[in-house]
Amino acid sequence: MHSLPVSLTDEQIEDFGRELDTIQRDVKATLGAADRAYIQRVIAVQRGMALGGRVLIYASLPLIPTPFFLGVIGLGTVSLGLSKILENMEIGHNVIHGQWDWMQDPEIHSSTWEWDIVCPAEQWKHSHNVVHHTWTNVIGKDRDVGYQILRISDKQPWRPFHLAQPVYNAALAMMFQWGVGMHDLDGQDTFTKLRGIGRKAGKQLAKDYVLWPLLAGPFALPVLLANLVANSMRNLWTYAIIFCGHFPDGAQLFTEEQIEGETRGRWYLRQILGSCNITGGPLFHLLSGNLSFQVEHHLFPDLPSNRYAEVAPKVEALCARFGIPYNKGSFRKQLGSTLRTIFRLALPTRTALAA
Amino acid sequence: MKSVASNLLGRFASLIATPLTPAHYLGLFQPAGARIEAVTRETQDVTTLTLRPGRGWQRHQAGQHVRVAIAIDGRLAARTYSISSSPDRADGLITITVKAQGRVSNALCAAQPGSYLTLGLPEGDFVMPANERVLFITGGSGITPVMSMLRTGMRDVVHLHFARSADDVIFASELFDLAAQPTYRSIIVTDRRRLTPALLAELVPDWKTREPMACGPASLLEAVAFTNARVERFAATLVAPSDASGGQVRFGTSRVSAISDGRTPLLRIAETAGVNAPHGCRMGICHTCDATLTKGCVRDLRTGDRIDAGARIQICVCAAAGDVELAL
Repeated sequence: MHSLPVSLTDEQIEDFGRELDTIQRDVKATLGAADRAYIQRVIAVQRGMALGGRVLIYASLPLIPTPFFLGVIGLGTVSLGLSKILENMEIGHNVIHGQWDWMQDPEIHSSTWEWDIVCPAEQWKHSHNVVHHTWTNVIGKDRDVGYQILRISDKQPWRPFHLAQPVYNAALAMMFQWGVGMHDLDGQDTFTKLRGIGRKAGKQLAKDYVLWPLLAGPFALPVLLANLVANSMRNLWTYAIIFCGHFPDGAQLFTEEQIEGETRGRWYLRQILGSCNITGGPLFHLLSGNLSFQVEHHLFPDLPSNRYAEVAPKVEALCARFGIPYNKGSFRKQLGSTLRTIFRLALPTRTALAA
Repeated sequence: MKSVASNLLGRFASLIATPLTPAHYLGLFQPAGARIEAVTRETQDVTTLTLRPGRGWQRHQAGQHVRVAIAIDGRLAARTYSISSSPDRADGLITITVKAQGRVSNALCAAQPGSYLTLGLPEGDFVMPANERVLFITGGSGITPVMSMLRTGMRDVVHLHFARSADDVIFASELFDLAAQPTYRSIIVTDRRRLTPALLAELVPDWKTREPMACGPASLLEAVAFTNARVERFAATLVAPSDASGGQVRFGTSRVSAISDGRTPLLRIAETAGVNAPHGCRMGICHTCDATLTKGCVRDLRTGDRIDAGARIQICVCAAAGDVELAL
């Protein structure tokens, strides 16, 4: 007997799972040339924006005494920042998941892709693709539950250091790529992993904070600041989108006892109960790497992200039919309830379970 | 000095492009692939594609082949084709001549001018011989690498070509024009006679004084064995060992298992099991599909050699010998 918080029989849960299998199979059968053209276009746009942003940042330098300087460097910085957002979210995260491996194209393949962030893709494939996506929201197993330092559910025991969590939450938001970078440090092969992070981080930092600024000679400082702002834009945005994935009100956490002998149907159900969608327009979904369809992403992690939008209404209708809660809300609502929780649970609460 | 400076510049460009390469950004302005300039029908089922290679192309030697990949329903698939044009072509274009059989070749024959293909670099040692007196023996589309050499110019050639019918002779009019030169003699067999020592002695009495080179279907290459000709194959000849024993194949990274009969290349097993392995030539040339063999041992189907755990193996030409595990 399952112990998930839904009033469905074991058989109903398996029926539900089979319907999800069908949804996935049907969409995968239609993958083709249009999908390939889509990811190639997104990659070209992203690279064009990165290059264009850098060029605009340099083009602003001769304008320095004039008021046009701020306008042009601002435009360049936003273009670079948006390109970094696209690169991490719609491209990097999804390619590394293997969403595009079906194309059998060595240029766009999870086995060869490296992304523009201090976290080495190889470590991410373990900490995220394997650990987080397998053990989603299981306390003690999923290291994404509060990222080991935040108390985001009263099922987690309170500790005095949680008093400071509003502060270090803000720091995490600003430095989010470092949080992602350290994500795989689980006590195993720590030295090797640190060396990998060091090598990657060295290249990343040298690029944005030494080499590109050096190219500007005496104007190195404005270039460095522009790059810092672009990286911070990316950090803040990815933090916000990712924290809306599993922490808003209504998202469930699970204990290890609840997942004993878990079937495919129950695994699907846990993914849905633990994930939250964000509503928005096509541009919002693109910039969120389609992680605004967090539920669908967790059900079908290797389904190409451009297909989540068409799958979501089917999943939502299926959930309605089985009486399963389907968590979705506006960006403001989901982020608001997440931040509220982080502030509220900084203090001890009565419902906390014993450790 | 100049090369040191350009090396440093290249190194700097790589550092500021990380984690990509400068080529990824250059690709925004000039695609890395080869542009199809023209598609020309040669015979009923043979088509020549004229290609403009992209950045980084290296001039081929007459007779070499190249890996060509085309997206079919969004999925990249690759095969290897001989280059049929001369490297001396003034416009820098190359041609491949493709017989419409098989998925990739059919897609290439149906490709539209203006679209792009992915090209590898020229490879292969089936190139112009040092000897001035040469005997080419070709069958069907096996004429393509030889055509590249003929177009580049040779001293004293006898060319024995086998085709199903007169209509199936690729480059027929060009061969006819070549025959006006005293340095080239062609003998085209279209009456279904097969190559035997007697036939060769009859058609080319002086063949023993010539350096033989052959390209064509497997049956022709078997038949030329008595001449000790240098040969070019269209596909690797994969031979399963007689004592082939299969086993369980585990793809460690994907956490998928499948059963092998000990004869099927591991790449096919991976694809059937839903493991999307990157691949290229599917004949053991390009090393795109290389993967680490973590447990067990495999057999190289080209040579029959056993390869033990720990090695990087070419999964398109290796089959499991017992239970194996791959880091895929």
